[in-house]
Amino acid sequence: MHKTPLLDQLESGPWPSFVKDLKRVAARKPQTADLLGVLERSYKDKITHWKHGGIVGVLGYGSGIIGRYTDLPDEFPGVEHFHTIRVNHPSAWMYTTKALRELCDIWDEHGSSVLNMHGSTGDIIFLGTRTEELEPCFAKLTAKGWDLGGSGSAFRSPSCCVGPARCEWAMYDTLEACYELTQEFQFDLHRPSYPYKYKLKLSGCPNDCVAAVARADCSVIGVWKDDIRIDQSAVQAYAGGELKPRGGATKWDKLDIQKDVVELCPTQCMSWDGKTLKINNRECNHCMHCINLMPQALRPGTERGAAFLLGSHAPILEGAQMSWVIVPFFEMEKPFDYLKELMTNIAEWWSEHGKNRERVGELILRLGMRSLLEAIGVEPAPQQVRIPRANPFFFWHQSDFDAEAKGRRYDTRQGFVR
Amino acid sequence: MTEPERKTDIGPPHYGQFLHPVIKANYGKWKYHEIIEPGVLMHVSETGDKLYSVRVGSGRLVSTDFVREACDLADKYSQGHFRFTSRHNMEFFLTDLSQLPALKADLAAKGWPIGGTGHSVTSIVHTQGWVHCHTPAIDASGIVKAVMDDLFEYFGKHDLPAQVRIALACCLNMCGAVHCSDIAICGVHRTPPKILHDKLRHLCEIPTTIASCPTGAIRPHPDKSLKSVIVNEERCMYCGNCYTMCPAMPCFDAEKGGVAILVGGKVSNSKTPPAFSRLAIPWIPNNPPRWPETVAAIRKILTKYAEGANKWERVGEWIERIGWERFFEVCDIPFTFQHIDDYKFQAYDTYRTSMHFKF
Ligand code: HEM
Ligand code: HEM
Ligand code: SF4
Ligand code: SF4
Ligand code: SF4
Ligand code: SF4
Repeated sequence: MHKTPLLDQLESGPWPSFVKDLKRVAARKPQTADLLGVLERSYKDKITHWKHGGIVGVLGYGSGIIGRYTDLPDEFPGVEHFHTIRVNHPSAWMYTTKALRELCDIWDEHGSSVLNMHGSTGDIIFLGTRTEELEPCFAKLTAKGWDLGGSGSAFRSPSCCVGPARCEWAMYDTLEACYELTQEFQFDLHRPSYPYKYKLKLSGCPNDCVAAVARADCSVIGVWKDDIRIDQSAVQAYAGGELKPRGGATKWDKLDIQKDVVELCPTQCMSWDGKTLKINNRECNHCMHCINLMPQALRPGTERGAAFLLGSHAPILEGAQMSWVIVPFFEMEKPFDYLKELMTNIAEWWSEHGKNRERVGELILRLGMRSLLEAIGVEPAPQQVRIPRANPFFFWHQSDFDAEAKGRRYDTRQGFVR
Repeated sequence: MTEPERKTDIGPPHYGQFLHPVIKANYGKWKYHEIIEPGVLMHVSETGDKLYSVRVGSGRLVSTDFVREACDLADKYSQGHFRFTSRHNMEFFLTDLSQLPALKADLAAKGWPIGGTGHSVTSIVHTQGWVHCHTPAIDASGIVKAVMDDLFEYFGKHDLPAQVRIALACCLNMCGAVHCSDIAICGVHRTPPKILHDKLRHLCEIPTTIASCPTGAIRPHPDKSLKSVIVNEERCMYCGNCYTMCPAMPCFDAEKGGVAILVGGKVSNSKTPPAFSRLAIPWIPNNPPRWPETVAAIRKILTKYAEGANKWERVGEWIERIGWERFFEVCDIPFTFQHIDDYKFQAYDTYRTSMHFKF
């Protein structure tokens, strides 16, 4: 084992220490000992000692493995090759111990025994192995029912919130949708053929526990259309302090229904006379605030589905974007055909027009939202914008004159009436 | 010779086989939940069944030994099932609350903390850093450990005005998508690439290298015989994209790289819409192994928020209410040229056009 005086200082303190954890492995594995050696060197030099890899992978796949080499191979031969394997996680990251132990057995045999549970995209990340271990490791994984995740300009492993498995607010089956869509796009997941990465995250409600709006090109967020269900006696129990705000997740014992709920409702669509809580549901914008505060008194409605938002990515290149509402409501029932078709159509438009390494959200900025909406056959709706444009530089197409001639107009309840 | 059977494109296992029996029986039937104490959730089903989930912090960067230990606990308490959350916590499932004290004792013996629910600081979503990536300006797991050690008191309590979600990305690529976090820690380089001309021509494809630069700072070298490139340093914003394409353009500097802190982002829709995190501190020195300046800066922002925010206010909602000029004042953060956006089309959106400011 290498001396690691700097890393050793991260062994103390109340939060679990990765240094302590990895040292156990280092004691039995030279490769992992060298990993700690390289890391210690980075702590000293304040610089990374990893190089970009060449192309490595398993037969037939263009993604799932990320080549990685140290720039100090002579000193740390154990990590001369130290490739990453992304293993596609199960929906909502649920496991049996049997399955997890099998994964550990495979990774102990074929790699560094170091992993991320989980990577930011959602995959199980097996951190570090040699090129010759890749095929055998892959064979063992598939034999146990596991496959690789996406990387590069491919469809990335979708992820979802815990949804109906353990959350009362799920507006659709996020786990099944995640599984189905992962299966549907297997080819594109393993063979990068898009202009750039293409991500999908599925949250069951506007609380968005997987950060779909910020972290996935395609963000599916559950929403209801009808009325919030109210149990007035439970509202009374919150008002009286028998039930705790947010189910007990705060330091406060008692809810002031007027101040905490009604006055903080962003649309001011609630009222409370000390006995009855009323909601003008047509004006509710589904923010979840009141439901979050009183989970036993309020429940989302029963006419359920999801909104489809598109375009988010991290800052590079054009600055960070969040996804934009494209389809404000659609039904999310198995086999999720509408979503599959929508994502396929979007990918086609993007593949046709996108430059290399241009995320779909950036292409929309370059070509205009109209270009996308027309290509995928989605009509304009006021839910798609926060606010209309402030400039008079808008374009007219022949199709607009045609629509005008047909007397087409927008109705806020029914959408476009022809 | 027989062809070995090679399976491909099977996708992940179906989650159905991994569901805890109580979850399976009550799938889609959950009625409400309570957090009976920090880190312990009770979900109640329409069938009357109850499930207790015990949330436990983890470092994300773990060993198979660690996973096996978690499995042992799950076998003992959780009928052989458990899950990870979207923020790298673990959750064990109890059907009988009387098992909680024993589970707690076993967790305490391992030094695994319970918490991360509700109005707490939960685990920090983060990236790879020096343990595995080629472009980081800072480490990831080490800073996370140092910050969580310092903020540990907030993990197992519901003491804050609202939940506080912290994330870390070790470079501008922001693998962790930190750009919508209450507090975001972001590694930044501050030097343009140094071009290794004699290596470049062998290692790099010049057109892709030029195309990789988001600000168009890279040009072919005027001396064609060199088969290299030049960088307009004034335009470079040190993103490292070129280095990613071309290893002959390293842009790291041990002393100049460092930490930026952005604050006020969120993803949930509760009350206010999802929001980006905004620049609070443009640079803090990169100071391993415990990054004391970064840890102190985050504690300061967090304590000022805890003192100043109204009930239910997220960090960004608090700052919006008091105004950014007041935020910089109460947190003692100098306002610099770097705070004024000058990157492409998003910039003008951030300049003030009203008389609604304070002194
Ligand atoms: C300009 C284009 C590129 C950019 C902006 C870029 C950015 C990134 C980012 C954000 C990561 C995340 C790493 C992580 O979480 O670990 C990464 C990792 C990686 N990239 Fe790239 N990359 C680019 C091109 C490439 C190319 C062309 C290759 C290979 C020839 C490559 C190989 C890798 C490898 C091996 C990793 C390591 C992932 C890991 O350690 O887990 N990248 N890169
Ligand atoms: C070939 C190039 C790239 C490779 C190999 C690569 C690799 C990776 C890896 C390994 C991760 C997962 C990190 C983890 O969870 O530990 C990741 C996530 C991510 N990468 Fe990349 N990356 C590349 C290019 C880029 C570029 C150019 C950007 C910026 C535009 C980028 C932005 C991100 C973001 C935002 C995430 C996290 C997304 C999320 O999970 O929500 N990546 N990438
Ligand atoms: S996003 Fe909504 S449905 Fe999904 S786990 Fe979070 S609160 Fe529940
Ligand atoms: S969900 Fe939000 S907008 Fe709707 S009634 Fe509740 S607080 Fe008001
Ligand atoms: S944020 Fe940057 S340095 Fe960190 S893992 Fe991602 S690409 Fe690498
Ligand atoms: S670091 Fe980024 S901005 Fe600077 S030259 Fe390279 S690609 Fe361009």
